Amino acid sequence: MTTINRLLRECKSSASKHVVIIGNGISGITCARNVRKNSTACITVISSETDHHFSRTALMYIYIGHMRFQDTKPYEDSFWVKNKIDILNRFVSKVNTDEKMLTFSNGESLTYDVLVIATGSKSNKFGWPGQDLHGVQGLYSYQDLQLMEQNTKDVNHAVVVGGGLIGVEMAEMLKSRNIGVSFLVREQHFWDAVLPMEEAVLIERHILEHNINLRLGTELKEIISDERGKVKSIITSKGESIKCEFVGLTVGVSPNILFLKDSGINTDRGVVVNEFFETNIEDVFAIGDCAQFEKSINGRRQLEQVWYTGKMHGETLAHSISGVKTAYNPGHWFNSAKFFDIEYQTYGNVPTNYSEQLASFYWEHPTKKICLRIAYNKQTNILIGVNAFGIRLRHQIIDKWLSEERTIDYVIENLAGANFDPEFFIKYENDIADSYKFRKQKSILSN
Amino acid sequence: MKNESLSISNPDKNKIDFIEKVAIGLITVGLLILALSFLNIKLNAVIFLPLSLSSILLGTIVYSRRIYLKKLPGIKNDAVWFRSLSSRGLIAWSIGITLTGFYVLIYWFPRILGLGVNGNSNTGLAALFDPLSYFFEGKPASQWFVYGTLYTLCITSLGYKFILKYRHNRYQIIRTIVVMLSQLFFAYLIPEILEGLNSDKAYFAKDIKNMWPLNYYFFDSWHIDNMRNGGTMGMIYLVWGIALFLIVTPIVTYFVGKRWYCSWVCGCGGLAETAGDSFRQLSSKKVSAWKFERYMIHGVLLFAVLMTSAVLYNYFTNTTTIFGLDTYTWIRQPYGFLIGAAFSGVIGVGFYPMLGSRVWCRFGCPLAAYMGIFQRFKSRFRITTNGGQCISCGNCSNSCEMGIDVRAYAQKGENIVRASCVGCGICSAVCPRGVLKLENGDEKNRINSNPISIGNNSAKLNM
Repeated sequence: MTTINRLLRECKSSASKHVVIIGNGISGITCARNVRKNSTACITVISSETDHHFSRTALMYIYIGHMRFQDTKPYEDSFWVKNKIDILNRFVSKVNTDEKMLTFSNGESLTYDVLVIATGSKSNKFGWPGQDLHGVQGLYSYQDLQLMEQNTKDVNHAVVVGGGLIGVEMAEMLKSRNIGVSFLVREQHFWDAVLPMEEAVLIERHILEHNINLRLGTELKEIISDERGKVKSIITSKGESIKCEFVGLTVGVSPNILFLKDSGINTDRGVVVNEFFETNIEDVFAIGDCAQFEKSINGRRQLEQVWYTGKMHGETLAHSISGVKTAYNPGHWFNSAKFFDIEYQTYGNVPTNYSEQLASFYWEHPTKKICLRIAYNKQTNILIGVNAFGIRLRHQIIDKWLSEERTIDYVIENLAGANFDPEFFIKYENDIADSYKFRKQKSILSN
Repeated sequence: MKNESLSISNPDKNKIDFIEKVAIGLITVGLLILALSFLNIKLNAVIFLPLSLSSILLGTIVYSRRIYLKKLPGIKNDAVWFRSLSSRGLIAWSIGITLTGFYVLIYWFPRILGLGVNGNSNTGLAALFDPLSYFFEGKPASQWFVYGTLYTLCITSLGYKFILKYRHNRYQIIRTIVVMLSQLFFAYLIPEILEGLNSDKAYFAKDIKNMWPLNYYFFDSWHIDNMRNGGTMGMIYLVWGIALFLIVTPIVTYFVGKRWYCSWVCGCGGLAETAGDSFRQLSSKKVSAWKFERYMIHGVLLFAVLMTSAVLYNYFTNTTTIFGLDTYTWIRQPYGFLIGAAFSGVIGVGFYPMLGSRVWCRFGCPLAAYMGIFQRFKSRFRITTNGGQCISCGNCSNSCEMGIDVRAYAQKGENIVRASCVGCGICSAVCPRGVLKLENGDEKNRINSNPISIGNNSAKLNM
């Protein structure tokens, strides 16, 4: 492990600028790696979570037992030494932008020339009574996972609050240990801010198949403690009481920026940045979950809190730090997830509601949990996005079709070329095309 | 399901139900019969051999149906790193030591297995297999017959388990059916039957898919002579054996990669994919292991080529020495001992529970090395990475039995083109985001070592 003294000595003597990155998640690490590729800068990555970068998305697989923690590290430990990226396990408690200095929780300090804030998120809590009891937690960090191991020991029933991606992952984790799960979803349908109704219903069916007690349209009202300060039950918005020894709070995340409070760095929900990831203070940048664009870029959200965008932020900022000032210019949106056994991929923009201009064609297998939605512009017939469940699609092809503004008819006709399922899998392109033609003839395409 | 023990550690909450208990009981009875025979307790072989083999087969079938069919189709790797069997625990060590010991006995101490020598009849375990051997070949069982029968039993019974485990994946189902049939017919039934029909002629290898250099004695003088004296069938085997490695293998490997052999028909591969499935995650993914692998496997290939050259030189010049050294003592015997027995058998299978299921295939198999050269430099096969969808989770690398760090390529958006890949397809199966696909395609763009990241147009202004 690097000591601060050695770090400062070496960085001072190297005469190259000292790039300090707070956070070793995917954003910070992608930035560090790309700065290293393109420059001779002295690079230090600071994290108080783990010594080495690991894949946050794989936390659930450690709990489930598919992998050990070390298997979730994308790079061998020797990689950082070999690539001269110094890693420092410290908690930054204060940032002094006038002196360009960080102060750590143990009192030590470190100076920087360029500072990159990539501190990610923390789990939301909305002030529920009992939210800080023993056995109540979110799932975001390595420490959360350790805590979950502790908290779920000898648990028979758990409640997961919040119908999003982490919620469904947590439900799967708990089921893998044979713990019963009640899953509270505030919305009328699962993840309905993102998923159109049919897809949401398909996932709900699958969640129920896994013997999860799914409660739609139900919110958490209160968490009840036993005499030792541990959760013993919850009360829902419908007044129902559910006995449980564990409560998972997975109601979204928000930027982890509390330590910047008095730094003079402009923050709102996240650290406010422009398209170059520049904050209001020179040589201080922010990327990943914790960054908030002052205005939307290419029509995207101001807070981008997924793995892929973190990677893109890091990559783009690295260009600027290495001397080629580069604005963030994301292409077509894409994302993916897995809901128990159903894989999900999405490309472009697939709205949940369809207006005058937008329409979609939806196909679902009559018995299997496979479906596809193609969203398009009603006037021009041009493709705007695709949702695929249980079918793998080629990113490159769909991305190309979106750029080339292909029509839905073209997409239907060429769909086989975008299929990415393993060899010998049953293909549904003909079924999909038949269904499309049938509905087109009957002109019942919309929605 | 209240935990009734006072243990504060996480107890295994997966209860074994009645039918599962019966199935485990059956398997145990089958194994017990083998163990008792080994201990030279005389059992009526005509009754107890079928009883033993069928209870192992039936027990495995019932048990796997019970554990997999009550779950929904999908990836079933929960707790592999918690279980004793699959994470180098006590069960793993016990099985590893038993298997290793079994191989040592087969290769060097067959008499302990009951093999009758100097005209004595078989006793012990070998005697148990006599009726089946008489049925096929009209002679008492050799240790190799015992081994071949148990080997085939392992592949078929655990192959069935594997199919249930991956029943949502047609690539895995079809591949496993082929590997099971290939072992049952090409490696076991057909050779045994042919051997029986031709018992008047001297032995030569009759597994039509077991080719040089994996079959390292193919060009030994005795083997060539036995094929030449083996009538039409012998000549067919001689010509086919040469054509197989010289013509068929390069062509097929060009079109589909070496997987057509390694994970579809090969016996070693067949065992690794079925019986070895619980151990695939144990292979080392370190860069240092990859370095060692490249020296090791190509070293063995070189050794095999040199040995065969010497042997062929002897054959055509009618000599037994080369550069004044006796070929048998100095080359063939060491190869047979070190590579043929110690490496491929004792370490290759005996160490499954410690080092993973493909130790031999990865570090030692000269045929894998030979095909790997084609696969790396002249083939249409690759594992395609799906644009920017990788989340670096590591499931692919974790389940790669050949120790390829698949994630290292996938997270860069780079296709995986590696000499060692046997094309089992598990990386693609376990990927939670649909990132990997085994496919054959145009050689152009097969290796994309500097991929452009899709989705980020800012980074396309590459420096």
